[in-house]
Amino acid sequence: MSTPPTILPDRSGHYGIFGGRFVPETLMTPLTELERMYREVSAERTFREEFGILLADFAGRPTPLFRADRLTARFKRGTIYLKREDLCHTGAHKINNTIGQGLLAKHSGKKRVVAETGAGQHGVATATVAALMDLDCVVYMGSEDMRRQESNVHRMRLLGADVREVSAGSGTLKDATSEAIRDWVTNVDGTFYILGSAVGPHPYPMIVRDFQSVIGREVRRQVHALAGRRPDMLVACVGGGSNAIGLFHDFLGEETRLVAVEAAGLGIGSSKHAASLSAGKPGVLHGSMSYLLQDDRGQVLPAHSISAGLDYPGVGPELSYLKETGRISVATATDDEALDAARRLTRLEGILPALESAHAVAGLEKLMPGTRPGEIVVLGLSGRGDKDIGTIRQEPLR
Amino acid sequence: MKGLDATFRSIRTAGKKALSVYLTAGYPTRSMTVQLAVGLASAGADLIEIGIPFSDPIADGPVIQECSTLALSAGTTPEDVLSMVKEIRNSTPIPIILMGYVNPILAYGMGTFIQDAKLSGADGTIIPDLSLEESGAYLRNTAESGMAPVFMVTPTTPESRLGEIDRISRGFVYAVTVNGVTGERTGTGDVAGESIARMKQHVTRNPLLAGFGISDPETASGISRLCDGVIIGSAVMNRLRHEDPETGYRSALGFISSVRTALDG
Repeated sequence: MSTPPTILPDRSGHYGIFGGRFVPETLMTPLTELERMYREVSAERTFREEFGILLADFAGRPTPLFRADRLTARFKRGTIYLKREDLCHTGAHKINNTIGQGLLAKHSGKKRVVAETGAGQHGVATATVAALMDLDCVVYMGSEDMRRQESNVHRMRLLGADVREVSAGSGTLKDATSEAIRDWVTNVDGTFYILGSAVGPHPYPMIVRDFQSVIGREVRRQVHALAGRRPDMLVACVGGGSNAIGLFHDFLGEETRLVAVEAAGLGIGSSKHAASLSAGKPGVLHGSMSYLLQDDRGQVLPAHSISAGLDYPGVGPELSYLKETGRISVATATDDEALDAARRLTRLEGILPALESAHAVAGLEKLMPGTRPGEIVVLGLSGRGDKDIGTIRQEPLR
Repeated sequence: MKGLDATFRSIRTAGKKALSVYLTAGYPTRSMTVQLAVGLASAGADLIEIGIPFSDPIADGPVIQECSTLALSAGTTPEDVLSMVKEIRNSTPIPIILMGYVNPILAYGMGTFIQDAKLSGADGTIIPDLSLEESGAYLRNTAESGMAPVFMVTPTTPESRLGEIDRISRGFVYAVTVNGVTGERTGTGDVAGESIARMKQHVTRNPLLAGFGISDPETASGISRLCDGVIIGSAVMNRLRHEDPETGYRSALGFISSVRTALDG
């Protein structure tokens, strides 16, 4: 019998065999201190009140749950609702977590924050909170991602962040994360690392999950208010997995079907994808054990996705565990399917999704035929697509 | 094969300081790694650390990152690294420590890797991203094979933990002089002094060797007075980054000779 998923991680930061703390010794004590501070501070009423006020008045929560009638009519099965994280301030769910971690940074007394970013959404959300809370902000971003998410680079700089280009490796999120960790190791005394996804060493996957699980709690209330029951299926895209675990977490102990949609890039059969849950093996990258794209010698393989936010060879430890135990199921969508889905949602519902979120929309093509009329399907629309207009325009309409 | 403990005993008896030199296996070439290790042993190194290249070395600065990337693109595998160790062992009795990130070792199989490393002639292992807390299987495997598990202590390591790490380490304890990644720095001696003195108070069972950022003979000599020896990595690898491998080889050996002289002076 496996541990009930709702009470993880265990005391040492593990989710089954996944998670843990695989980091240089320099970071071990700062991580222990962060965990202690987080447990203490997050239990305080003043922190919860301040966090709640900022989520409401700064980020714009609760986000709406929108019934997508024309998308629903496409399948003639279950009813599709969109959880509109794209309407959050800065355009994605990432702000939920950066407000929380920004408050932790302030509480720690550290004046400087560092972050990694792929699509630039976490970087923008971190730079935004740094401006709000008067913190110095350094964001590491891969050179390839700076090119394809140029508008977000400008936004971060406008917000006062120092955006540092990382050209090592594939010039994407993996390399930016390595560089952010190196910065943190070097400046650990005065710097707070604001990690953007539910990845990394314990306690980060837990902290990010907790701050993002507001998404699922709102969905529960909203669905209950309109239907008097729970949703039947939740669908979210997965890169590192912060929006997926945020949507899923409140429902882990129940029967709601949970589906994570990974980026299949040019196809799972090609070597160019980012489907670590579907095609990876357990391994250690960036401080924790999780499913990982790697060769048989344990070298990390470069990921590929048209979406910079999903272009990462690992995935969070909790989602790894939930996949291993069968609690979540995993689907995939290719670059082309995601592009088509982005265009489709725009035309059908007047909502341009981020290319990350478009993978979840694409996943509906395979998932909806398996639903019944009257079933409630909630799709986590994690971000808006303005940042991706350049990429979407370049790709030919098929 | 002389063994780690015997090596440290004779260094202490002679009133000297230990000098450990790190090389990224396979950089610039496989044969050069072997030639270097043997040459460095004659130039005054007491220990050789052989680094297994990894795609994502989060504890390393730009020099070792680049050397690792190049070694990997030349096809260097953990099996190749073990066969390099075997060749070095056939030419010199100098203690050899394997240093590698945890994922390639897990992919090899932790238990098998430790056994094969022992068979190839290595004396110990350093896994910089394997924390004390995640080391259960590693400690069992090294104990069974008679390999020395070398752990790191850093300026952020609290006093109680220094003692704990000293208790589970064998061979020596690796003192990371400053917060940060590997790589040459100026002024390491000034900032490192206080933290090394603190580490030395609590690391009492094992020799304490200081590394990270030691880039010249004077710093090496200054820091060595506070502990039992020094570890040099990036400063050597940087000298190997030369168009002509032979020039790089001579430059690295010359540098280590000068560090040896400073330590003995």
